[in-house]
This record gives sequence, C-alpha cells and structure tokens, in this order.
Amino acid sequence: MTAELTTESGPRTPPGNPETRHGRRRRRSGGNGQARAAVLYLAPAGLLLIAVMAYPLYQLVQLSLYEYGQAQASGGAPLEFLGVGNYAKLLGDSRFWMVLINTCGFAAVCVLGSLTVGIALAVLASRVRWLPRTLLFLAALGAWATPAVAGSTVWLFLFDQNFGLVNEVLSGLGWQGMAGFSWTYDRFTAFGLVAGEVVWCSFPFVMVTMYAGIKAIPGEIVEAASLDGASAWRTARSVLLPMLRPLLIIATIQSIIWDFKIFTQIYVMTDGGGIAGQNLVLNVYAYQEAFAGSNYGLGSAIGVVMTGLLLLITGIYLWAQRATGENT
Amino acid sequence: MRFWKLTTAAIAATLLVGCGPPQVDQSDSGADSRTGTLRVWLFDEANRDPKEKVVNAAVEEFEGNHRDVTVEVRYIAVDTRSERFTGAFNDPSSAPDVAEFGNTDLASYVAAGGMSDLTGVIEDWPAATDLSDSVLDTAEVDGKTYGVPWFTGVRALYYRTDVFDELGLEPPRSLGELVETARRIRSERPDMYGIAAGGKYTYAMMPFIWASGGELAERRNGSWRSAVDSEASRRGIRTYTGLLDPAICPPDQCAQLTGTESIQAFAGGKAAMAIGGDFNRTAVDEGAAGDNYDVVPLPGRKTGSIAPAFAGGNLLGVLRSSDHSTLAQEFIKVLAGKKYQRRMYEAMSYLPTFEDVQDRVAADDPAIEPFIETLQAGTRFVPSTPAWSEIDAQEILPTMAQRIATGEKVRPATQRAAQRMNSAFDDR
Repeated sequence: MTAELTTESGPRTPPGNPETRHGRRRRRSGGNGQARAAVLYLAPAGLLLIAVMAYPLYQLVQLSLYEYGQAQASGGAPLEFLGVGNYAKLLGDSRFWMVLINTCGFAAVCVLGSLTVGIALAVLASRVRWLPRTLLFLAALGAWATPAVAGSTVWLFLFDQNFGLVNEVLSGLGWQGMAGFSWTYDRFTAFGLVAGEVVWCSFPFVMVTMYAGIKAIPGEIVEAASLDGASAWRTARSVLLPMLRPLLIIATIQSIIWDFKIFTQIYVMTDGGGIAGQNLVLNVYAYQEAFAGSNYGLGSAIGVVMTGLLLLITGIYLWAQRATGENT
Repeated sequence: MRFWKLTTAAIAATLLVGCGPPQVDQSDSGADSRTGTLRVWLFDEANRDPKEKVVNAAVEEFEGNHRDVTVEVRYIAVDTRSERFTGAFNDPSSAPDVAEFGNTDLASYVAAGGMSDLTGVIEDWPAATDLSDSVLDTAEVDGKTYGVPWFTGVRALYYRTDVFDELGLEPPRSLGELVETARRIRSERPDMYGIAAGGKYTYAMMPFIWASGGELAERRNGSWRSAVDSEASRRGIRTYTGLLDPAICPPDQCAQLTGTESIQAFAGGKAAMAIGGDFNRTAVDEGAAGDNYDVVPLPGRKTGSIAPAFAGGNLLGVLRSSDHSTLAQEFIKVLAGKKYQRRMYEAMSYLPTFEDVQDRVAADDPAIEPFIETLQAGTRFVPSTPAWSEIDAQEILPTMAQRIATGEKVRPATQRAAQRMNSAFDDR
C-alpha cells in the first residue's frame, strides 16, 4: 500500500494519453523493486512500531469514545458508545482549563530554566580546565542519574517545613521568617520548588548535548571571526549559535515533551497535586480523574488531548525554527 | 488518491465504532467442585506474622474437616489491591475463590460483576444473627449481601493525659467543648497542635457531618445526590474545618495532613488530641506520647453524646468466577467465625464484628472499650455506589476541606464539592 501511495502521488497525468501511461507503468515497475526493498528494510521497525505505538494509540482513541470504566472492562456493565461525549465533558470542565494553564506555564518555566542552566554550564565547561570540568560533569551526571522519585524525596527533605536544611540555613543566616516556612503551602512557591527539582534533573541533558556541539565547532571558524574583528558577543550570536541550532532544536523539543508530561515530581512533592489541587498538571490530573477512579474512557480522552497538544506545540516550534532559519 | 483517503477514513471509522473496546465475558463457571485447591487472597500487613498464624490455624482446621482440599493462601499488598482485583476480574483463570477486601471497595467490585451474592449464606448461618447490624450494612449493595464482615475499625478521640492534667482540662464531652479545649491548649502550648486535624483526613471529618445531622449523600428515586451542601452538613463541615486554624492546627501545616500523618503528629508529641482508630494504638504506644494518652469516644453535638463513626473494616467474599463456591463459603464461615475473629483480635487487635465477641473482648481489655462503645453507639458508612471510589480517587472532599481551610467560604466550597459529587453519581 505504501508503494502504491507514493507512486500515485506523483504529478497527475491526463488519462488516455498512451505515451505517459506507458511511461508511468514502466516507472512504476522500476519503482516497485525499489519500493519492495524499502518495505523489506522498513518492515521490522514498522512491525515493532505498529505493535507498540499504533495499536495502543488506536485503543486509546477507541476507549476515549466509550463510557468505559472497570465495570465495563470486566463485563459487569454493557458498553455505551458516547462519541465525543468524553471530550465534551472534559472541555466543559473548568478544572481542566485551569490544569491546562498550570501545565503550559509550568512546562514553559521548566524548559526555559533547564535550557538556560544547561547552556550556561556547557559554555562554562568548555572554558575551564580539566579538573573543574570533570567535577562539573560528575555533579551533572549524578543529578541526571538520580531516579525521579528519589530526587523528589530528597528535595522534599531539604525543604521540609520543620526539619529541612534549607529553612535552618536561611533562618540561621538571620532570615527569621524562614523558620517553619512551608514551601508547599503557597501555589507559586510549591510550583517553584518542583520546577527547581525538574530543572536540576533535566539540565544535564541540555548541558551534555550543547557541550558536545560547542566542542565540535572547529577553532578556525572562531579564529576567523575574531580576525574579522567580531566581538565575543557577536561571535556567539552570529557564528556559534547558527552552528548549534540543530542541537538546540533537539534539546528544546526533548525538554518540551519531557516537561509537559511531568508526573512523578508533582505527584511526590505536592502530595498528589497540592492543597485543593492547586498544583495539578495534566498527567497527574488524568491519573486522578481517570485511572485512580477507574474511569478509563475519560482518561483516554485526556491522553488523546495531551498527545494532540504536544504534537501541536512541537509542530509550531519546528515551523517557527524553520522560518527563522531561512531568514538568517 | 481520493479513493484511498476515503477508504482509509472509512476503515478507521469502522474500526473505531464497529468493534468496541475489549470486554470480559463475566459469567458463572457453573462448576462447584468439592475437592481440589481453594485459592485465598488476604491482605499483607506491616507485621504479618500474627495474622498468618491465626489464618494457618483456620486453614488447618478447615483442611482437617474437608478431605482432598488444600487451601492456598496468598498475601497481596493493600496498595496494589486495585490492580490485583482488576486483574482477577479481567482474567477469571487467575482469580482467587475467596478474597479479603475493604468495605469501601465493595460497591465498585460488585458493579464490575466480580463478587457473588452471599445473602442466602448469611441467612442460613445461625451465628450471623450476632453480627452487628451497622457493620453488616457495609457488606450490602442494593439490598444484597456480598461479603462477611471479618473485622471492623472505628475512630475515637485520643488525648494526652499529661497535658490535660497540667492544664486542668477534662476530655471534651461535646464538639463545642472539643473546639474550646483545642484552642485553650494551643494558647498555653504554642508549639503543639490543639488537635491534629488533617485537611486530607476525610474519615475524621465525616463524624462531624453526621453528628450535625448531615449526610454525605442521599438516595432519591434510586439515584444518589450529594448532601454535603445541606444546612446540617455545612454546620459539621464548618466545625471541622474550623479546627484548621492558626489558633488550633495552623493550615500551612495541617491542610495537607492525612489520617496517618495526624496520628504520627500525635504519637510524636506534636499534638494534644487526635482522631484515631483502634488500629492506630500500636503506632501511638510506640511513640513519644505512648505512656501518656487515653481514648474517649468522639463526642457529638449534644453534651454526653457520641458522634457516629465511620465503620471501616474488611470483608471476606467469594468471587463470582470461583468454581469452588460451596467450599469457599464454608471456609469464610470458619475464618470469619466467632472463634477466629476472637483470635484475630488477640493477634492483630482488629475489632470483631460479632456483638457478643465485642462485649467479651471489651470486658478483658479496658483500652479497647471506647472503641467498642463508639461501635455500639451506631456507625455510619459511605454511599454504597461505585461512584464513591471515583469521588474518593478525585479527592473531592479533601479538596473542599482544604479550600475552606485556605480561606474560601463554606457555602461555595460545599456547593462546588456537591456539584462534582453529583457529576460522579450521574456517570454511573
């Protein structure tokens, strides 16, 4: 089917023209051999993708169209087709919109934070000697390798209201208001705390990627720029940045996808979404609304909406990048 | 090209609409074998040894009375029970014959079509007449009984005898007195909570609602409606959330407390009072407050009355897919019978569900008396509908309490909670 589709999508030829018909047929038979080889090469990966991606996605979309809870799954109640009912219910729920805004804002802060910290440290690492660089990398890899649950719990210990090191140090330094300060009580300090943890465990990826990119830029280019009289800022902006752009795009997309799907940190650090659900993000919301309450239909609808949103955001970002890339 | 697009769209649409999501055919196996292996699932415990000893004794007795029957007991973790039971309902071949489960989970298991009706078994079992009525109610859905109450648990008021003595206080005898006492303690002992009341401790809030004449939900014409926004319920909620106050239990510390954390605060000496269950006694005994506490029933509105407590507890039931249902029923009558309930109390200090057994253990152990008194004063239960698990999972009531504790007015907060509860009820 793939081969057929690709050949069919060529330029349209008026029917009845024997010569083009003939030509087309010949091209098709030649293309067929190539297409068959391509299909054969792609088959293992394709089968795997269908098994682990397409089928679950198909089930997800299908579930989202039904009233499907535990009772339906185990045969205690008949299936009921809702069509877009789950979606209508979701979009009509004001909590969903609040959670969506939370998620977008929180992900944006985390992406910006990890990019800034990661790039800054990558630049730093490319400029310092061997020993400090090794220490920096060890620290970063340590943060990167820490499991999310362990990292979140350690951060919670550090920021504990009564016994936390941070409050003790701050109040020891003379900031009396910080003794017994609750970091998870206020909505924004709670988000800030979790964002800190997320940045802490996700900047190493950006740092390592960007460091590799910086190291791959030949010294002659920088030298040429400085011979032409470019300032350090100018070199960074007009020479280095364009060369790093592909890596930057990858790092950004990875971070967007990763931070948009945050679950563990929020779930652990704000105890399942914070006071009165003030720190809920989409993934935790989906878990609570749907899976803990075994309302799988609605949960699937949230999953579909999330997938769509992520594709949309990434698409817009790629498109914007390509547009600016062409201008410069 | 257009043809392919249309075909693909048509196929996709047919697939999506035509064949629905997977469903298990949940019909009785019909078989009722009197020999073979009887599979039993019980909950694992933090300290399982004493429980296992009692269960093993019951198994031995049962195997001695039934030839060619082996009982295979497996202990499953409470935290993952939902996945285990879901798995058992979805794949009857891996399901047990007998299972222990929490009474709040019953309605959703029954709706899933997983449990078999034991109404007849209870009626024909002479000992069942001694079962406490309010506890037996927790095993019922739509007038049918699906489990035998194995043990129950109720909460009462723990208080620090040393603090009360030093400040010259008496244990409160009404909810009004409770608030006053808590306020008084915090003003004299600013490093202590007057009472550890948690924003996420729903089972502590429920008695306040019931004691004020309110309800969580009411059943009208066969469908449930939330009642948390009624005048009476609001009064109870206002009293409870009033405890989450800087002068009693500061909201920035208490709004996120769960039941376990409230008890930990009390056991660690951070609180002068707490609402805790008979099952929390060991934790408190081992804590800093271990030697200096006592328990009284949680008082109601009127002086000297007892607030209706939530009747938690676990049931033993037979799975519908079981092909040993008669044996399974026989085994439940042994394990949940008077003899082994008594031994379970001795081993795990879980409260028996037979009233005569309750009286006997209370006579032997004065420490358990306030709980028995609470139990026999009449207990209440959450609405027996599968929607309750959803309401519970979505944390609707904790969210409401936390909103009020952080400054929202009681009326809009309860109205919003009622709306969300009703939408959960409507879905079912």
